[in-house]
Amino acid sequence: MNAPQLARTTSCGLDSSVICGRVLRSRLSGALAAMAFLFAADVRAADEPIQITVVSKDPDNHFWTAMVEGAKEAAKDENVQITVATGRDQTDADGQIRAIEYAISRGDDAILIANNGPAVNNAIKKARAAGLYVIALDTPTTPPDLVNATFASDNFEAGVLIGKWTAGALGGKKATIAMLDLFADKVVGIDWQRDHGFLTGMGIKTKDPTVNGHEDHIGRYSGGEYEIVSNQATNGSEDGGRTAMENCLSINPNINVVFTANETSGVGAVQAVKAIGTKNALVVSIDGSCRGVQAVADGDFGAVAQQYPSAMGRLGVKAVIDHIRHGIDPVSPKGAEFVDTGITLVTDKPVPGLLSIDSKKGTELCW
Amino acid sequence: MPAQKLEATSAAEAFRRRRVTPMQRAQRALHRHPEISPFIVLIMVLMTFALASPRFLQPSNLSLILQQVAIVGSLAIGQTLVILTAGIDLSVGAIMILVTMVIGGLAGQGGLPGWLSLLVGLGVGTGAGFANGVLVAYVGLPPFIVTLGTLNVFTAFALLMSGGRSIPAAKLGSFLNWTNVSLPIGPFQMTTGALLVVIMYLIVAFALSQTKWGRYIYAVGGDASAARLAGIQVRRLLISVYSVAGFIFAMSAWVLIGRIGAATPTAAVDANLDSITAVVIGGTSLFGGRGNLLGTFLGAVIVGAFRDGLALARLDVLFQTLAIGLLIIASVSLDQWIRKVQVYR
Repeated sequence: MNAPQLARTTSCGLDSSVICGRVLRSRLSGALAAMAFLFAADVRAADEPIQITVVSKDPDNHFWTAMVEGAKEAAKDENVQITVATGRDQTDADGQIRAIEYAISRGDDAILIANNGPAVNNAIKKARAAGLYVIALDTPTTPPDLVNATFASDNFEAGVLIGKWTAGALGGKKATIAMLDLFADKVVGIDWQRDHGFLTGMGIKTKDPTVNGHEDHIGRYSGGEYEIVSNQATNGSEDGGRTAMENCLSINPNINVVFTANETSGVGAVQAVKAIGTKNALVVSIDGSCRGVQAVADGDFGAVAQQYPSAMGRLGVKAVIDHIRHGIDPVSPKGAEFVDTGITLVTDKPVPGLLSIDSKKGTELCW
Repeated sequence: MPAQKLEATSAAEAFRRRRVTPMQRAQRALHRHPEISPFIVLIMVLMTFALASPRFLQPSNLSLILQQVAIVGSLAIGQTLVILTAGIDLSVGAIMILVTMVIGGLAGQGGLPGWLSLLVGLGVGTGAGFANGVLVAYVGLPPFIVTLGTLNVFTAFALLMSGGRSIPAAKLGSFLNWTNVSLPIGPFQMTTGALLVVIMYLIVAFALSQTKWGRYIYAVGGDASAARLAGIQVRRLLISVYSVAGFIFAMSAWVLIGRIGAATPTAAVDANLDSITAVVIGGTSLFGGRGNLLGTFLGAVIVGAFRDGLALARLDVLFQTLAIGLLIIASVSLDQWIRKVQVYR
């Protein structure tokens, strides 16, 4: 560090250290920034409020509202103000870009974002250049090191859990499978991770790593023969799930395994299955909301992989507080790109050799 | 007969000199200059939000508003042309996305140079607009239906071509990313893309007000059959308007690539409705023949300033949507009231 910069650092009083630190950081480049950062003792007293913007993907999906609730819960009594923003729906990239720009313009301290694709990358870079602390929730950014930290759960692993359960529950019977994915119009990580996770859990070999539906449509899973009837997109919504399932059933009414990429579309799929009068179809899904766990208890879903969005929101806010008030940064486990918030299999028909909790316990943990 | 003639003259004279209430005067002024009402609204919006947040009037925030409305603002240029002919174009966003994916595919995957990809993209956009124009002018379908159809057709093309994958801007080369270069003008942080949109406004506004082509657009929008009787080739004019609009949407695609840093098939979901919103708030009549680009520009900025101001006030994003909905209804009500001036005169 050369002399003039050092002088500027030390001229910042303790009280104004945050502002000084920020101005300084934006002026210094790359490696120097990190050093100045350590030097300027960038810690804020607890009586100064922290402003955090939480950017979710969708204003009305319960997964995202649970995440926001978790963030608000952690902010309570901590003198932290949460501002909620969201795109119009899961595909609205410009809405998320605007939300980030507003956070910068307001002079917020941090952003927690469940990003909906690489279109927001530029805006995230701008936010970090302006000195905001950015944390990705649920969906890691591409590349993952674009943000300061990530709190997410492994969507592939979630798929594997319900895939293994399905293979076990079938007990060697032939599997006639409907795959209800999220999107047809774009390639999103969680979509193929869940899809491929499920197939991998079933013991079915997937091919093109980031494209759904390219695996062999007929073959053997770990327990016996399988046939994949169709891959359909649901856009993660109830009516999308119902329509997609109806399409699958009109191709082959004997479907006995239904993979749904999220619970909302799963609920729609169950409606379609009930309407046709099929009793023995195993519907599996991922999310673990109270509604989904109830569906497990009612026997509509065979199993769900439960994720913890409120934990993501809670941990995200806590990480921001730790960073700004205590100068501590979250540490990802070695080799992982994110801090794992955990996944649990919820089912009332446990399969031997597969760890799971029943719907009663799932209800205690649901959101 | 002299007496009768005198009487007639004085009756006309009396009609011309009759007392006009201030209300009627305002109505007429608005009829002649439709951009007055969005201008007043904008001033009110700016004053309100300036009081609500000290950050609102800062140059960095004001330039942010301009950057944010660049996409919708540029689409609204083409939309204004179409609406002035008493038409409507629902396919504006779809054409932009189609062009984005054509450019992205050629430059990012095909390895073509950026300028050539853009040139092809501009051709595709113009062609798409031309197709709209032919269907409206020669097949005689209502513009709403035509563009509702092409909205889906163009969206499908874009998705089929790209397979739903976005192409990161890093693969597109510096020429196509040029619209994202920041351009400080005094304390204002502009981008070249936003500036490009402003220049597009100036050029098209000039064409609208100073050229024969521009005046014909108003004539056709005001009364197509009268325009035809006056010797204007209405069908050709319509095709030219939709084609020019298509070209403008292709330019928007370039600005879009710079703004979001990727060619992605799912950007700008509701761009068509947003562009109509800007035009309507800008005082251009949906019934054609009245309005101008200054109004549309103000309309786009009003929407951006509203969103920004409410966000700075930390209001939920849903309130932004609510406020803009109310603004649309107010604008159209005002337009209806202004239209009545013709009945009184």
